Amino acid sequence: MREIDVSRITDTVERLCIEANIHLPGDVERAIEACRAREDGAIAADILDNIIENYKIARREEVPICQDTGMACVFLEIGQDVHLTGGDLRQSVDEGVRRGYEKGYLRKSVVADPIRRGNTGDNTPAMLYTEIVPGEQVTITVGPKGFGSENMSAIRMFKPSAGLEGIKAFILETVRNAGPNPCPPMVVGVGIGGTFDKAALLAKKAIMRPLGTHHPDPYYAALEDEMLEKINALGIGPQGFGGRTTAIGLNIETLPTHIAGMPCAINISCHVTRHKTEVL
Amino acid sequence: MEKHITLPLTEELAKTLRAGDRVFLTGTVYTSRDAGHKRMCEALARGEQLPFDPQDATIYYVGPTPAKPGQVIGSAGPTTSGRMDAYAPTLMSVGARGMIGKGARLPEVVEAMKKYSGVYFGAIGGAGALLAKCIKSAELIAYEDLGAEALRKLWVQDMPLVVIIDCQGSNLYETGPAAYLAQTE
Repeated sequence: MREIDVSRITDTVERLCIEANIHLPGDVERAIEACRAREDGAIAADILDNIIENYKIARREEVPICQDTGMACVFLEIGQDVHLTGGDLRQSVDEGVRRGYEKGYLRKSVVADPIRRGNTGDNTPAMLYTEIVPGEQVTITVGPKGFGSENMSAIRMFKPSAGLEGIKAFILETVRNAGPNPCPPMVVGVGIGGTFDKAALLAKKAIMRPLGTHHPDPYYAALEDEMLEKINALGIGPQGFGGRTTAIGLNIETLPTHIAGMPCAINISCHVTRHKTEVL
Repeated sequence: MEKHITLPLTEELAKTLRAGDRVFLTGTVYTSRDAGHKRMCEALARGEQLPFDPQDATIYYVGPTPAKPGQVIGSAGPTTSGRMDAYAPTLMSVGARGMIGKGARLPEVVEAMKKYSGVYFGAIGGAGALLAKCIKSAELIAYEDLGAEALRKLWVQDMPLVVIIDCQGSNLYETGPAAYLAQTE
């Protein structure tokens, strides 16, 4: 049994909130730059140049890449041989978010009530997911998620008879409906299987997975490549002004599901898809 | 076509702009997003004045991050304009002509743009650090309690924009992808 004081979780969440908002992950930068090299749309190439210049300015001057510094999605993988001491885990995570968003000059974008609104003033609460895993480490991932793209996400409970073609059509329909709103080029996260809620979580995990990696099952790995190509044949392009680069990546995550169903969730993210991980 | 233009956005100037033009904008713009628009329209409904003169004004849909010490403003890219669709025709009816944002607009907004000679400019969504460089001064003028959503008066210099919808209703979100697909066929 290893003891970890929750104050270490607070410190780590604080730092990850700031770093994730300032430094675009290397996999996302490489994907954007590869798309820029292939882009043949007139306005599109200029827009991608501006997007590249933007994340370079953010890194150099240590300012947020995007003004929507997001809701703080926090994923904790807690080793089953870890004993968390020194306080309440939930509070320690929120304290990390509170400090990170204040010290990092990040925007506070969370309202206390979905209908009655009212800004909480410190970007809490975090959207917290915990998972118990083997071992005696705690892996912390912070993924600040903007809502221009979150709002264009979708979920559908398919009949199994809809099959692969149903899933493919749904992905293209969702991207087409999103159009210019989610700040394309986008990252598309697809979650297939599980239950209603698990499919949505899979889709969120899919956008956190590094771009350029593939689903371990060759069937889904091929589907990732096929659907990315089909999305980039839609012509939406960077910012929706027309061009080849509509999406810089598409990741699929799957789970077994019920004999009667085939849930599919699509989480749309933007070219500022942020995530940063640290292991305690 | 590339154009350098200086605000205010008069009717005469608005009529020279076409969807697809790349524009470098200089002058005063006002920031407002969801909660600010709601308040402005409620004020107009009560017969009150807006916190700024709307005649020929341009509104930038943005909620910036807080400025770090020494900065004029934090990161300041556009937010999704569609959420302001319910309010935009009302603001155009009292003279506001320019809108800077990103994303699709409803047909009733486009109709109002044709009626009042409005122009919808796109700034690059997600390029908040780059766009902040064009903002040379920022002054809080109303609704301070709304935080990032407060109303600010900005002076921008050579802000890189694209005309998405012009005052004739031509829309780059329709023509741009169609032209690209035709080019690749």
